[in-house]
Amino acid sequence: MTLTAETSRSTARQWRERLLSGGSWTVLALLVVVLVVIVVINPSFAEPVSLMAFAKKAAPLVVLAVGQYFVIVSGEFDLSVGSLVGAQVVIAARLMDGDEALTWPVLGLMLVFGLLVGLVNGLVTTLLRVPSFITTLGMMLVLFGAIRLWTGGAPTGALSESFRVLGRKGFPDVPGQFQVPYALLVALVVVGFAVLLMRRPFGRSLVAAGDNAVATAYSGASVWWLRTRAFLLSSFLATVAAVLIGGFAGVTAQVGQGLEFMAITAVVLGGVALGGGRGTVVAAMVGALALEALFTLFNQLALPSTIRPAVQGVIIIVAVAYAARRRRT
Amino acid sequence: MTAGTGAGTKVGTGAGSARRHHLGSTEIVYLALVGILVIAGVLVAVRGGNLFAQGNVSYMLTQTSLLGFVAVGQTLVVLCRSLDLSVGYVVALCSLIGATTMAGDPSRVWLGVVAALAVAAGVGLVNGLIISALRVNAFIATLGMGLIVKGFLDTRFKGPEGEVPLAFQTFGYTRIGPVPVSTIVMLLVAAAAFVLLTRTRAGYHMFAVGGNLDVARLSGVRTGRTLVLAHVLCSLCAGVAGLLIAARFGTGNALVYSYGLDLDSIAAVVLGGTLLFGGRGSVVGTVGGVAILAVLDTAFNVLDVNPFFKDVLRGVIIIAAVALYARRQIDPASRRVRFGTKGSAARGGDVA
Repeated sequence: MTLTAETSRSTARQWRERLLSGGSWTVLALLVVVLVVIVVINPSFAEPVSLMAFAKKAAPLVVLAVGQYFVIVSGEFDLSVGSLVGAQVVIAARLMDGDEALTWPVLGLMLVFGLLVGLVNGLVTTLLRVPSFITTLGMMLVLFGAIRLWTGGAPTGALSESFRVLGRKGFPDVPGQFQVPYALLVALVVVGFAVLLMRRPFGRSLVAAGDNAVATAYSGASVWWLRTRAFLLSSFLATVAAVLIGGFAGVTAQVGQGLEFMAITAVVLGGVALGGGRGTVVAAMVGALALEALFTLFNQLALPSTIRPAVQGVIIIVAVAYAARRRRT
Repeated sequence: MTAGTGAGTKVGTGAGSARRHHLGSTEIVYLALVGILVIAGVLVAVRGGNLFAQGNVSYMLTQTSLLGFVAVGQTLVVLCRSLDLSVGYVVALCSLIGATTMAGDPSRVWLGVVAALAVAAGVGLVNGLIISALRVNAFIATLGMGLIVKGFLDTRFKGPEGEVPLAFQTFGYTRIGPVPVSTIVMLLVAAAAFVLLTRTRAGYHMFAVGGNLDVARLSGVRTGRTLVLAHVLCSLCAGVAGLLIAARFGTGNALVYSYGLDLDSIAAVVLGGTLLFGGRGSVVGTVGGVAILAVLDTAFNVLDVNPFFKDVLRGVIIIAAVALYARRQIDPASRRVRFGTKGSAARGGDVA
């Protein structure tokens, strides 16, 4: 009896330490707190339909955060994902122009384009030794300009209906009924795939490269190829996110704007250290969900949309400061 | 000594025979500037124009001043292996504070200037304290601070506001020959930063902190103070840029933050040969980097290049230029420790 009480007390203490430690568990606690506050303010949020709507809205950011996680944990940055998402959506709309028959060829082309962007980012960063901040910043400028140059400033064309299914529809496809959005399934597959990947030698070496590139190189891994693959994954997942966002929100000139900072914020909120070598992919996902939940909370509170960036800024600084405070001891 | 080698061309070239066979990065920046001037001049001449006509030259110099202020400040924080993503918002904030405080009254010009610079210094102080005392990564801290200022600007100011008296608008428009006064002021600020970095203890400490935070601390440098000072000075420079915007527009304008000054200034700093990972670089190089961007901009305008194509070219040129420097600047010690490992990973490294 006393023994069980003793152990349960020590497990309770362990859990409290975990939750307050500032790492992955803390962001989970933050997510739960925010969700509870939303439910208290608006009980209908707890209904399955609203939760699924939330999942559908959050899915693209989760996918982007997972992509950004690979790059960040290997010690680099990818600032180009936002404009890559924008570019992919605009390319898709312009090329297929509502034609169902072109959906799959255009998807294939988007995939190739995304991987090409990732390859250039990765090779310029690793082989030409340009800091990734500058590489991907330059890539952001290039994509931003090239897409507007190509479309003459405003996006044209339309996405085909079958293209938009992934971002918009769900299963079973009966309007007004409860449905599991395809976007959620995509996000789950991506996260599952990422978790498995991080347990493979690739994932372990990637984290090692982020922690200490020299030691990793001496232990026989080729750091440049590890990091290049991280950039490839990031651009690939940005392409997936573009399909989801294009389906969900359609084509606008602003699509994708600022997403790179959102994704980095989500990853950092999950306790993943900028500079690499620390943090888990699940935490990055939870960070993305927490960020999305905060935005939902702002909606519920009817905060003026102009003040939101300020609240977001305070929260990310406080969250990271909290995590840093704990790690120091 | 780190300070000496990084600080300028003079010391760099005099450092010994081993260095003699390759150029310092500052010389490369200015060679590149000359090269770009020649190429752009020829291209413009082929089209029957003259890049060096007085109008073009003064446009070029005007372009340098705004980005120049921000980039000189940014140099100081980048040297400390920090960075400031909030400068664009600080510029917008200071333009509004300056203009609304002056409110069209010539006698309130000084009040406006002081108020704007005080607010800028305050933002820099908070940035520096968050980074050094709370150990928040500079990227996140200044991104968050930028978002906070953006939220304030969007909520408080709906459009252009305030009025700048004519007396102060001269700061934006007056020229001496083809040289705008604002460019001269910018060069004076750059000269002050140059003196700070190469002649004062605080400047040497900045190089030391950027080179290796832990070694600097163990050598008795107050690293926290140095970082805070760099951030305050950086924000002050952004504040001056904000006043310049107010003087040019006649009002303060929140939308200035969409100019992308934050990323542009970092690009200019890195173009100028300053290492993004801190500890090496010079203000002279940064001024060269700013000039390169301004020459490109002017040439694109004169050649009537599609504005979107300008973005593409700018992106390619920035990457290509940095790739060129990167080949000669890399040493393993500065590459291993990445961005923002000050707080957490660097510490982990100690234990390991």
